[in-house]
Amino acid sequence: MAAQTALTSLVLPILPEILLLVLVIVVLGADVFWREAEREKLGWLTAAGLVVILVAAIVYSRPLEGSGLVFGGMLRHDWPAFSFQVIFLFAAAVTCLLSIGLPGMGDQGEYYALIVVSTLGMNLMAASADLIMLYLSVETTSIPLYILAGYMKRDDRSTESGLKYFLFGALTSTVMLYAFSLLYGFSGETNLYRLAAGLQSGGISSWVVGGVVVLSLVGFGFKIAVAPFHFWTPDVYEGAPTPITAFISTASKAAGFAVLVRVMLVAFPSIAITWTALLAAMATATMTIGNLLALAQHNIKRLLAYSSIAHAGYALIGLVALSELGTASLVFYLVAYVVTNLAAFAVVILFARSAGSEEISDYAGLSRRSPGLALVMLVAMLSLAGMPPLAGFVAKFYVFAAAVQSGWIWLAFVGVLNAIAGLYYYMTVLKVIYLYRSEDEDKPIAVPRPHALALAVCVVAILAVGTISAPWLDWAIAAARGIF
Amino acid sequence: MHFPILTVIVFTPIVMALVILMLPSERHGLIRGFALTGALIAAGLSVVAYLSYDQVAGGYQFVEQHAWVPALGITYHVGGDGMNLPLVLLTGVVIVTGVLISWGVDDRPREFFAFLFVLATGVFGVFVSLDLFQLLFFYEIAVFPMYLLIAIWGWKVTREYAAMKLTLYLFIGSVVSLVGALAMYFASGMGTFNMLELEHAAFSPAFQRLWFPFVFLGFAVLGGLFPFHNWSPDGHVAAPTAVSMFHAGVLMKLGAFAALRVGIMLLPEGARFWAPVILVLATINVIYGAFIASVQTDFKYVIGFSSVSHMGLVMLGFATLNLDGLTGAGLQMFSHGVMTALFFAVVGMVYDRAHTREIPKLGGFSKVMPLVAVAFIVGGLVSMGMPGFSGFVAEFPIFLGLWQVQPIVALIAALGIVITAAYIMRVVGGVFFGTMPAELSGHIGPIRSQDKVALVILAGLLILIGVYPAVMAPMVQSGASAVLRVLGGV
Repeated sequence: MAAQTALTSLVLPILPEILLLVLVIVVLGADVFWREAEREKLGWLTAAGLVVILVAAIVYSRPLEGSGLVFGGMLRHDWPAFSFQVIFLFAAAVTCLLSIGLPGMGDQGEYYALIVVSTLGMNLMAASADLIMLYLSVETTSIPLYILAGYMKRDDRSTESGLKYFLFGALTSTVMLYAFSLLYGFSGETNLYRLAAGLQSGGISSWVVGGVVVLSLVGFGFKIAVAPFHFWTPDVYEGAPTPITAFISTASKAAGFAVLVRVMLVAFPSIAITWTALLAAMATATMTIGNLLALAQHNIKRLLAYSSIAHAGYALIGLVALSELGTASLVFYLVAYVVTNLAAFAVVILFARSAGSEEISDYAGLSRRSPGLALVMLVAMLSLAGMPPLAGFVAKFYVFAAAVQSGWIWLAFVGVLNAIAGLYYYMTVLKVIYLYRSEDEDKPIAVPRPHALALAVCVVAILAVGTISAPWLDWAIAAARGIF
Repeated sequence: MHFPILTVIVFTPIVMALVILMLPSERHGLIRGFALTGALIAAGLSVVAYLSYDQVAGGYQFVEQHAWVPALGITYHVGGDGMNLPLVLLTGVVIVTGVLISWGVDDRPREFFAFLFVLATGVFGVFVSLDLFQLLFFYEIAVFPMYLLIAIWGWKVTREYAAMKLTLYLFIGSVVSLVGALAMYFASGMGTFNMLELEHAAFSPAFQRLWFPFVFLGFAVLGGLFPFHNWSPDGHVAAPTAVSMFHAGVLMKLGAFAALRVGIMLLPEGARFWAPVILVLATINVIYGAFIASVQTDFKYVIGFSSVSHMGLVMLGFATLNLDGLTGAGLQMFSHGVMTALFFAVVGMVYDRAHTREIPKLGGFSKVMPLVAVAFIVGGLVSMGMPGFSGFVAEFPIFLGLWQVQPIVALIAALGIVITAAYIMRVVGGVFFGTMPAELSGHIGPIRSQDKVALVILAGLLILIGVYPAVMAPMVQSGASAVLRVLGGV
C-alpha cells in the first residue's frame, strides 16, 4: 500500500508529461503502420490524444494543497504549472485540428509528433523549479518549433522563417544560459526556490544580480516576443505554416510567460523594484511598437504578429503590478489571448485554403462569401481589441485594474491608449471583411469538420471567458497564489 | 420572486439578435418580423416598468442582484428609478420606431438588425446598471456595433471616415472613464463595484477633484460635450436613418447619463468644483451648435448640430446641481431623444425620395407628404421650446435652475433658443414649403405605412408630454431629488 502511494505520488504529478511521451510514440507508430489514406486521420488521433491527456490532467493530476517540489526539486507540481499546462494542451489540440488536410504536413506523423514534443517541453517549462530543468525544457520546446517553422522545405519563406527563428533562438538562449551559469556561481544553487536565499547569503551586490536579471530577460523576452527582442516575430510568423504560427503565438508565448513569472517572482523578489521598472519600460515599448507597426501591415499574418507583440506588452503589465491580482490577471490575460488568437488564425488558415491569399485586401467580401466565418473573425478581432462581452475585455480590465491597484496609473493609461491604436487596425480588418466588395463573392469558403470544431470551441471559449469570468479568475488567482 | 423585468428588457434584444443571425439571410420578411417582435417585447416591457414604478415609495425598484465576479466584488445589479426608467422607455420607443423606419433596408438586413439589437442591449444595460463594472461592460457593447452599422449601411460618401472617427472618439472616452472607475474602486478600499455603496465611499476632496474630469469627460464625449462633440455631426450624417435615430436619440443620452451617474453621483465634491467649467463648456455647446446648425445647407447636418446644441442644455441642467436643473435635464434627455429620432426619421424619408439633402434643392414636400411635414413641424416646435410641447416642459426647469446659479449663463443660453427657432423655420420653409424643384416633382413616392406609424408614435409622445407633463415630470423629479440626496444637498 505504502509503495503504491509512493508510486502514485511520483507518477501523478507528471502524468500529463508521461502520457505526452506515449502519444509521441503512438503517433509515430501510426504513421509507420497506417496506410497512406489513413494518415489523413493522424491529426484527429493527435488532437484526440491531447484532449484525453487534458482531461486526465484535470482529473488526476490537479495539484493538492501543499504539493510542492517533485523529482528531486527539478519540477514543482503546483497551480501555476497546472494552469499553464491546461493552456498548452488546449492550444496544441486546436493546432492539430487546424493542421488536418494541409498539403505536405497534415498527413505526416513527424509533424504531429514534433508538436507533441514541443508541448511536452512547454509543460516542463511551466513546472521547472530548477535552472537546469528550465534550460532543458526551453530547448525541448524550441527545437521542434524551429523545425516546424521551416517545415515547408520547398517554400523559401518557410525555410527563412525556420532559420531566422533558430538563429535568434540559439543566440538568446545562449545569453540566458550564461545568466544561469552566473546565478549558479553567485549562489551555489540551481533550484529557483533556494536561489533567492543563496544570493542573499552570498552577499552579492544587487547591481550584479540586476545585470543577471537583464541577461536572463534576453532569453525570456525572446520567447514572449517583447521589445527589444521582438524582431524575429513578423518574419517567422509570416513564413511558418499558419497552424504553427498559431501555436508559436499562443502556447509558446504562454510558456515563456510561465517561466518569466516564476523566475522573477521566486528568484528575484529582493530587487523587484528594479525589474518591475525595467519590465514597465519594456511593456510600454512592446505595446507601442506592436500596435504602431501593426497599423501599417497588409498581410494578415504579419498584422497578427505585431498584434501578438502588443498583447505580450499588455500581459506584462500584470507582472509589473507585482501583486496577487496582477499575476492572476496575467494568467487570465493569456487564457483570453490564446483562445482568441487561435480563433483568428483558424480563420486565416481556412481563408488561405480556399482563396490562397494572406493579404488583408483579399478578405474583401468575406461577409458575403461566408457570413459565419466573417462573424468568427468579428468576434476574434473584437476580443483582441478588448470589447465586451468577449474575453479580451475582461482580460484587459483585470490587467489595468492590477496596474491601478499597485499605483502604476501611468502604465494603465499607456495601456488604454494603446488599446485605441489596436482598435483601429482590428477595425480596418473588419472594414475590409464587411464593407468592401470583391469579384469572388460567389466562391464559398470550405470549412471542413475539424476546423469547424476548432472554431466552435474557440468562439464558445471567448464568450465563456468574457461573460462568466468568475471561475476562470478564481482559477487564475489560485495559480497566482501557488507560485510561492 | 418577482418577474425580473429589467433583466428581460436588457437581454431580449441580444437574444433576438442571435435568433436573427440564425435565420436564412434571404428571408427578409421573416427577419423583419422577428426584429419587430423583439423590439415590441422590449418596448412593451419598458412601458410596463415605467408605469408600474411606485413614485411614492421612490428609490430603486425592480432591483436584482446576482454574484458575477465575487473575487473583485462585481455583481450583476440592476434597478430602475425616476432618472433611468424614462430613458429605458425612450430606448424602447426608439428601437420600435427604428425597426419600422428600417423596413426598407435591403442590403444584408439580417446583420443590420442583429448589430442594431446588440447595440440596444448595451444601451438598456447601461441605463439600468447599479454596478460600475457592469455599466462599463454594457457601455462598450453599445459603442462598437455603431462602427459596423455606420460603415456598412451608412452614406457612401463619408461613412468610413465618420464611422472610424466616431468609434475612436467614443472608445477613447470610455477607456479614460474606465481607468477613472478603477481608481475609484481601489481608492474606496471597499472592494466593491456596487455604485450604491460607492456613493458612501467618502473619497477625499483632492481625489475627487483630480479624477472627476477623467470620469465625467470620458463619458461626456458620448454626450457630445464641447470640445469633444466633433464626432457627432459627422457620425449622425453618415449613419443610416435608424442608426442616426438611435445614435442621436439614445446613445448621446447614454453618455450624459453615465456622466451623471458615475461622474457626478460618485464624485460629488469633484462635481461642485468643476461645475463652473461644465457650465461654460455646455453654454458653448448650446450657442455654437445652434450657430453652426443655422449655416448648414445639408438638411441632416442641421439636425446633427442641433443635437449638439440640445445636449448642451442637458449638460447645463447637470451643472446647476439643483433640483430644477436636474429635473429639466432628465426631461430634456427624454424629450430630445424622441424629437431627434423624429427629425432623423423625417430626414431619412426625404432623402430616400429626393436623393439629396441640400436644402436649396428641396422644397414643397408638404404637398406630397403632409404627414411628414406635420411631424417635422411638431419636432421643430419642441426644439424651440414652445409651450404645449415636451421641449417647453424640459427646457423651462433647466433655465429655472440655471437662473438660481448663474443668471448670466441663463441669458446667454437662452439665445440658443432664438437661433434654434431661426434654423428650424429656415428648414421648414426650405424643405416643406415653397415650390418643389422641377426635377423632383412627380418623382416623390408616398411613404410606407410603417413610416407613418413611427412618425405618429414619436410626434404623439412629444405632444402628450407637452400637454400633460404629469406623465413624466413627477417621475423625473423623484429621480432628480434622489441624485440631490447623494450630492448632500436638499
